[in-house]
Amino acid sequence: MTITTLKPDTAAQAAEAVRWALSAEEPLEVLGSGSRRGLGRPVQAGHALDLSGLSGVIAYEPEELVLTALAGTPMDLIRPMLAERGQHLAFEPPESPEGGGTLGGLIACGLAGPRRISAGSARDHALGIAGVSGRGELYKGGGKVVKNVTGYDLPKLMAGSFGTLTALTEITVKVLPAPEDTATLLLFGLDDPGAVGMLDRALRSPYDVSGAAHLPAGVAARSGVATVAGAGGAVTLVRVEGFGPSVTARVALLREELLADAVLGRDESLAVWREVRDGAWFGAPVSGPLPNPPPPAAGEGAVPDTRLAPSPASAGEGWGGGNHLWKLSVPPASGPGVLATIQRTLAVEAFFDWGGGLIWLTAPPDSAATIRAAVGANGHATMVRAPDAVRAVTEVFQPLPDPLMALTRRVKASFDPKGILNPGRMHAGV
Amino acid sequence: MKMPVPDGGIIARRRAIVDALRAIVPGEGVIVDENELRAYECDGLTAYRQLPLVAVLPSTVEQVSQILKTCKDMGVKVVPRGAGTSLSGGALPLADGVLLGMGKFKRILDIDYANRCAVVQPGVTNLGISNAVAHEGFYYAPDPSSQIACTIGGNIAENSGGVHCLKYGLTTNNVLGLEMVLIDGTVLRLGGKHLDQGGYDLMGIVTGSEGLLGVVTEVTVRILKKPATARAVLIGFPSSEQGGDCVAAIIAAGIIPGGMEMMDRPAIHAAEAFVHAGYPLDVEALLIVELDGPAAEVDHLIERVEAIARSKGCVSARVSTTEEERLAFWAGRKAAFPAVGRISPDYYCMDGTIPRKALPLVLQRMQEMSARHGLRVANVFHAGDGNLHPLILYDANKPGELETAEEFGNDILRLCVEVGGVLTGEHGVGVEKRDLMTDQFDAADLEQQQRLKCAFDPDGLLNPGKVFPTLHRCAELGRLHVHKGELRFPDIPRF
Repeated sequence: MTITTLKPDTAAQAAEAVRWALSAEEPLEVLGSGSRRGLGRPVQAGHALDLSGLSGVIAYEPEELVLTALAGTPMDLIRPMLAERGQHLAFEPPESPEGGGTLGGLIACGLAGPRRISAGSARDHALGIAGVSGRGELYKGGGKVVKNVTGYDLPKLMAGSFGTLTALTEITVKVLPAPEDTATLLLFGLDDPGAVGMLDRALRSPYDVSGAAHLPAGVAARSGVATVAGAGGAVTLVRVEGFGPSVTARVALLREELLADAVLGRDESLAVWREVRDGAWFGAPVSGPLPNPPPPAAGEGAVPDTRLAPSPASAGEGWGGGNHLWKLSVPPASGPGVLATIQRTLAVEAFFDWGGGLIWLTAPPDSAATIRAAVGANGHATMVRAPDAVRAVTEVFQPLPDPLMALTRRVKASFDPKGILNPGRMHAGV
Repeated sequence: MKMPVPDGGIIARRRAIVDALRAIVPGEGVIVDENELRAYECDGLTAYRQLPLVAVLPSTVEQVSQILKTCKDMGVKVVPRGAGTSLSGGALPLADGVLLGMGKFKRILDIDYANRCAVVQPGVTNLGISNAVAHEGFYYAPDPSSQIACTIGGNIAENSGGVHCLKYGLTTNNVLGLEMVLIDGTVLRLGGKHLDQGGYDLMGIVTGSEGLLGVVTEVTVRILKKPATARAVLIGFPSSEQGGDCVAAIIAAGIIPGGMEMMDRPAIHAAEAFVHAGYPLDVEALLIVELDGPAAEVDHLIERVEAIARSKGCVSARVSTTEEERLAFWAGRKAAFPAVGRISPDYYCMDGTIPRKALPLVLQRMQEMSARHGLRVANVFHAGDGNLHPLILYDANKPGELETAEEFGNDILRLCVEVGGVLTGEHGVGVEKRDLMTDQFDAADLEQQQRLKCAFDPDGLLNPGKVFPTLHRCAELGRLHVHKGELRFPDIPRF
């Protein structure tokens, strides 16, 4: 298939490109930097609409808590700009392993990290959008202020729609103060139900826990953080963040409440939650534990240990390993039960985030039916990494019940009646 | 305010419609008597009144499904209603429409502490949820000032906020799952006790859709542990500019207070005269900053906020030392609307959001408008998120004064849009701001929103006349004009 890439420099050009595609009845693969092409189903399109030319921050007003940027603006540009003013995207989006990634891609993929449980997801921070519908029309939705209920909340619909509704050209996001300090309490040696029970206790406390994960022994051993890898068994993580005196006080209270075994200071805490955020331990086909890195240097100004386990290969692209990576969202208390059900028939490796509500797991090929049967109607399972050929023939996203699928198709058609934008990326025919 | 012209054909078929509804909801659940229908003739926006064709009060999801399907089959419009506390006329009935009251859905179905959520029927009040989980130290975070009366179903429709939403989010950020019925009777479940839906974020679209997309029959909300402590600081400033600067400086310091409210001089005086909260009367702007969380954090931040306030030239700063004192600080603010009601026969509450930096300009322009329209205005302001609530004082018994108040209100909202803000921060568009939508959105923006409505409600039967200033048929909106030919911009780089 001959691939032509259209790379507009302006929103008007992007609209023109979509109108051309519409008239030629040629579907477009909508791309930012392409760093997340491995998420979702592969798009069958002869042409790509590359929006990375629409780059630049239009307005950043820290005191208003908003940032407006063209959709193709690299996250590598936005992140330091926010950090310089002590702010961040509070939903803790995963970072592309090789760097890269654009604001538009981040919102379109609807990604969020461990702080999802307290700060919400990408959808909760998407305030305004502009873009080109599959009708080739430029339009906008939402606003550029943090509180707005005027009209339908289209930015939320765009978050996680994988470019199937609109080629985004501009995005306004809510930005929030980044925590001044952070620490993580560790509990050693708990089994899955016991760990999720303790995470529940932590999350039921009034201490604003912002991360709650559990790493079974095999996963913990692969952490690049020595205290975690060296625990010699399962490790349960409870994170607190905020102002220094508050973190100190809450760590003391939680340590007593949870009978925690150890506490990670700022740098180790940051390192281990990066691993949780990116599912870093499942970066390559599982082939036994990596050698433990030496303990990080102690003392003031110590450089965080960056010798972490290998980061995930480019999601799907060129990744030919045996096992596939999944993320399951379930009611937190049922997480251990869902995993146990899966483990009765499949050899999988897994860890929990979101207090038990998010299960990352690597499973052998052809596990979709077993995984989804275990999740049932109370949650959803997404295949987040597998070779293109596998994702092309697998329901990557949770199949929807018929009435919801029918509505989904109508929603798609209301933005993109001819199926020009990223056809099939989410569901066949959507 | 023009509503869609009632369809005489539907009104003529009232008997058949009533019979069809009675076949679904027996007995007193179908209301036809004019006196009884009066209870539904308006919502919190009392300036607009209209008797519905008939009211129906179902008590099961199956009945809701059958009612909607029947209405669709008969081509009858439907106006859903919760407690009727909308301030924008979202539940204003239609003369040729069925009013669908959800008041019988009052049960709390499941409180699940292990998953930190509650499953409730839509007619449960906002405060009812918090009360049901209070003994375990939990609460439901969004707290609109009508929370004692408003229902969670209405909160979903309006995406309601409250004084704590800068830190804890609006309704949409606190909902995990919905069960809803489409106009064709289809029952859908979106989300659940887990986070995020698989597929499109339809919950995000339905929340805040003002009853135009479907009828919510069950809601799963996130419940939170109550903060261990809360303390407030009451800060007076000689000018609203300094008050605004203080708010910006607090946020720039990385502090997101649980609540941050500002009042202007007229609002301060009205509130103080009403509840004697101990507010200073010699200031132009009064700020209430509430910090909540662990005691160590609150103590630390109170000091920082005080220091910031002093650096911005405050003339008074009082920190609450007891819970009684904290509540007293809030008493004046919470009573601001009735307090203004005491100094004026009527008031009209507006709800725009502005970028906070535009506050001095907006207040100044508002004073000019006040002089021009000859009506006083008092301001309460969710300062943290830029959500203004100007209260326009008028007397409905004076001919023309309601119209003048509305015109004044429209001018304020246009000003909000002009400075980069939006028409409504939490009250919804409804009928009130419907005709101003074209000030914020282009035709293309509104048409795309209406196409999305068509995906849910192809005949436009759910709550027509709200939100959108112009009604289009879905067939017309869906028409696609394709121009065959080459790119007009041959200079788009291609590879």
